[in-house]
Amino acid sequence: MSDQTSRVPQTVTRTARTRGGSEEAYLEVTDLQVQFPTADGMVKAVQGLSYSLPLGRTLAIVGESGSGKSVSSMAVMGLHDAKTARISGSIKVGGQQIVGMGEKDLEKFRGSGAAMIFQDPQSSLHPYFTIGDQIMEAYRAHHGVSKSKARTRAIEMLDRVGIPNPKRRVGNYPHEFSGGMRQRAMIAMALVNDPKLLIADEPTTALDVTVQAQILDLIADLQRDFGSAVVFITHDLGVVAEIADDILVMYAGSAIEHGPVEKILGTPLHPYTWGLLESIPALAGEPQPLHPIPGAPPSLLAVPTGCAFHPRCEFRSRVPGDRCTTLKPDLIPRTADTGRASRCHLKDPDQIFQTEILPRLP
Amino acid sequence: MTTTANARGERGAIPRVEGAPLLQLENLAMYFKTSGDGVLARGTKWVQAVDGVDLTVNAGETIGLVGESGCGKSTTARLITRLLEPTRGSIKYQGHDIAHMSERRLRPYRREIQLIFQDPYSSLNPRHTVGTIVGTALRTHGMVDKNRELPRVQELLEMVGLNPEHYNRYPHEFSGGQRQRIGIARALATQPKIIVADEPVSALDVSIQAQVMNLLENLRKELGIAFVFIAHDLGVVRHFCDRVAVMYLGRVVEEGPRDALYQKPQHPYTQALLSAVPDIAVVRGVPPKNRIRLVGDVPSPVDPPSGCRFRTRCWKAEDICAEVVPPLDEKAPAQRVACHFAEPPTESIVAEVPS
Repeated sequence: MSDQTSRVPQTVTRTARTRGGSEEAYLEVTDLQVQFPTADGMVKAVQGLSYSLPLGRTLAIVGESGSGKSVSSMAVMGLHDAKTARISGSIKVGGQQIVGMGEKDLEKFRGSGAAMIFQDPQSSLHPYFTIGDQIMEAYRAHHGVSKSKARTRAIEMLDRVGIPNPKRRVGNYPHEFSGGMRQRAMIAMALVNDPKLLIADEPTTALDVTVQAQILDLIADLQRDFGSAVVFITHDLGVVAEIADDILVMYAGSAIEHGPVEKILGTPLHPYTWGLLESIPALAGEPQPLHPIPGAPPSLLAVPTGCAFHPRCEFRSRVPGDRCTTLKPDLIPRTADTGRASRCHLKDPDQIFQTEILPRLP
Repeated sequence: MTTTANARGERGAIPRVEGAPLLQLENLAMYFKTSGDGVLARGTKWVQAVDGVDLTVNAGETIGLVGESGCGKSTTARLITRLLEPTRGSIKYQGHDIAHMSERRLRPYRREIQLIFQDPYSSLNPRHTVGTIVGTALRTHGMVDKNRELPRVQELLEMVGLNPEHYNRYPHEFSGGQRQRIGIARALATQPKIIVADEPVSALDVSIQAQVMNLLENLRKELGIAFVFIAHDLGVVRHFCDRVAVMYLGRVVEEGPRDALYQKPQHPYTQALLSAVPDIAVVRGVPPKNRIRLVGDVPSPVDPPSGCRFRTRCWKAEDICAEVVPPLDEKAPAQRVACHFAEPPTESIVAEVPS
């Protein structure tokens, strides 16, 4: 501890991300619809979602509760019960069609082709089995190997995700791990079969900020080493800015803005994205009054007609006629930049952002 | 407001001891009893959730309490509101020590010190209407006459941005943000001088969170209520608070004015904490800053390290850190730091926004 040379903190340099990855899509979602029939009517959780993601890239899906971000990602993993969910459209992972796949094939696909990590590691780890047993089970389900080989693999994975003393820790039960370590163990379990697609559903939301930093670093490292495609679901735009290549902003079941992170968060073109940015207090400078979006997100039982955001939109009066209330805008490029798209009728959103929104951002 | 202010005057506000701050915590500690593991474990162990916290809150001031899970910030909140009786130390409200006061004598203090909870779903009784929930607070403390109760409830609902006609609705008919507003109305009902808000916006979506924060800020300005604002979101705390105290493993490690603490944090833990916050400003071309990587986990509060509790994860630690508990000393104007090697960071911790 009193080593004089170690008197500077160990730091991680946050460099600007280099856009990596091939251009060929590994995950391709086309016109995905997910609906749940209920006693009160049809819950339209996801309506016509399309995106693609190549290997080696990270897509952040951002939105508030009920925006469809988790529901759409669970559909990618084939986790919806066919009895209660109505799914249409296409989800292709590495060329395999997931929509309509049988339960047996899905089981094979999950864990090997794709893996998911959840917000709450406590609920994804069985309290009666040791961490090692659970990782070994995941490995042996897809590889017919002996217990001792699987154990070696489990130790290797725990070591890889930064669990100290993995040989001893492999025999621990989940309650013997701290929150951050449990999240690491779950990541180890998810990655034990080298999945090409990793879906992380709010993996750091329940964690403290220093632990969150460790987990974000870990996911970025693992992605670099394994070259996986990562879908990162979160509501924290700061996290998105740090880890994602692309971002998809969802509202009431639809994507409303899609493109590279620095463009969408740097110069957003949709009033909802503006509102999100105006709701986040800054970490430097004199605190400015926040300018939150009025109202609350709509019920998915009765999504507003036209643009789903129109009841909360301050810029509705800028669009002539009643297009906002009657016609749902398409998700298309709105400016000369074709690498990004937004779903809004506004004519000159880039100008509105520069002259009206940017000056009042916190 | 004026009518009820009179009502309160009749019942007598708590007199202030000359020169005493609104709230003063001195050497406050809370140990929880825990039994050892297994059959053969002997003796009782104590979880030192809060161990020696000193903190002063002046009238109308907002002080932020930050730190990670298990640092004792919520326990501190429950001590201030006397939902817990401290193991040692004093909690002085306007100069009167309420640390071990009986429930009967506490009642007038409960009126002036209110709490807002994190989870708006579990902190409201689902079987009571909003009118009953807010009205109970009024009735318990005899704030208004019986026939004035409903108008006052409606006045309070309006104050927090809810429709006053909705007083006969149940909590499940409201969204998360609206429920938090109900919790705020209930806290305001007794016209408190200080509100302890324990993660009041953490459970809310981003856009709703900003609405509730604006509401709290307006109320604070209008009513001059002091706040102890507990949150793990450092941006939210910075936005709302005049002063910020950082806790680690049951102790305050650094405390100071907002700008000093965010720009020139002197405690290594504060520096690490701030450096770990993801900053959206990077997409606007602000160069990303180095992140301090903390090694290991927070030690157990059952058996905390001797001396400085952060030393096991600190890159500056020397022998003295294990031997001497660093006192919370003033290292810069109004900025107190509990570290033997306190100094401002060599480079900026938080990315500066170009203006």
